[in-house]
Amino acid sequence: MSDHAKGGHGSLKSYVVGFVLSVILTVIPFWVVMGEPFDSKGLAVAVIFILGGTQMMVHIHYFLHVTIKAEEGWQAMSIGLTILLLVIIMSGSIWVMFNLQENMMPAHEQIERVRNLP
Amino acid sequence: MADTSVKDPVEFFVTEDPHHHDGGDHEEHHHETGTMLGFWIYLMSDCLIFGILFATYAVLGQNYAAGPAPSDLFELDMILVSTFMLLFSSITYGFAVLRMDRNDLKGTLVWLMVTGGFGLAFLYLEYAEFSHLIHLGATPQASAFLSSFFFLVGTHGMHVLGGSIWLVVLLIQLSQRGLTHENKRRVMCLSLFWHFLDLIWIGVFSLVYLTGVLL
Repeated sequence: MSDHAKGGHGSLKSYVVGFVLSVILTVIPFWVVMGEPFDSKGLAVAVIFILGGTQMMVHIHYFLHVTIKAEEGWQAMSIGLTILLLVIIMSGSIWVMFNLQENMMPAHEQIERVRNLP
Repeated sequence: MADTSVKDPVEFFVTEDPHHHDGGDHEEHHHETGTMLGFWIYLMSDCLIFGILFATYAVLGQNYAAGPAPSDLFELDMILVSTFMLLFSSITYGFAVLRMDRNDLKGTLVWLMVTGGFGLAFLYLEYAEFSHLIHLGATPQASAFLSSFFFLVGTHGMHVLGGSIWLVVLLIQLSQRGLTHENKRRVMCLSLFWHFLDLIWIGVFSLVYLTGVLL
């Protein structure tokens, strides 16, 4: 029991490092929105998503303790497959639905058009 | 890895801890291979559910149907507080696992109760937010944005509620049976679940709250 209980559960140091990193990576995106330091909204959104992605990696490494070797590689392989599926589902639906929305006239524009008819 | 596969035939079910016979100290994290891996795969399928809900929100999140927009509704200070509630509960769960590794039952119980406290605080904040929104008339029926919002955030909240109930059951099991092998396995499963919910919450506050208020 005691010999294998150490490795996969992390140490106090790894939890504290993960926590401190998470706090930093949480506070910065909230500051980006609440403090409004950037003029460009695109830049702010990019910062939010990059820091969010980084914080997810921090959680996976420091809290969930996913490693290449854990469970003979099955853990890493299943998370890899999940991420692949997520990328396909999310980018695919956003891409398709964005094009759909672009090419269809929104309802309120149609209403405006009818209203402005002579 | 290569040398063990030469010695042993491939087994598709776990009869015992397969690492007991080859020394057991050359690699980390090989306890309860079957249950932990199975629970991990459950989490990955749960992750797909949330991925679909995130995609739905990303597609529908701008359709306000002349109703309220995120910047009219969300109070980021409260979201920051609930984010920290989950973050604190994550690290206190980590402390509980560390106490469990030392075979300290009392320490484990105390840290698990602290974790449950933070979890309940998060749930209360979410309940307060939802009832405030519904009071304002921003119900799930109001627009596609609100439907997808309530579905995504509500599903996460239901998971936290489920995790909290599991935590209470685990506290009872621990106080009755102590730190047995099975209970340690249960603590590790809930640990994965709890940290996973915090991970999902990162996506929620980034996509729904921060980006929503910004745009």
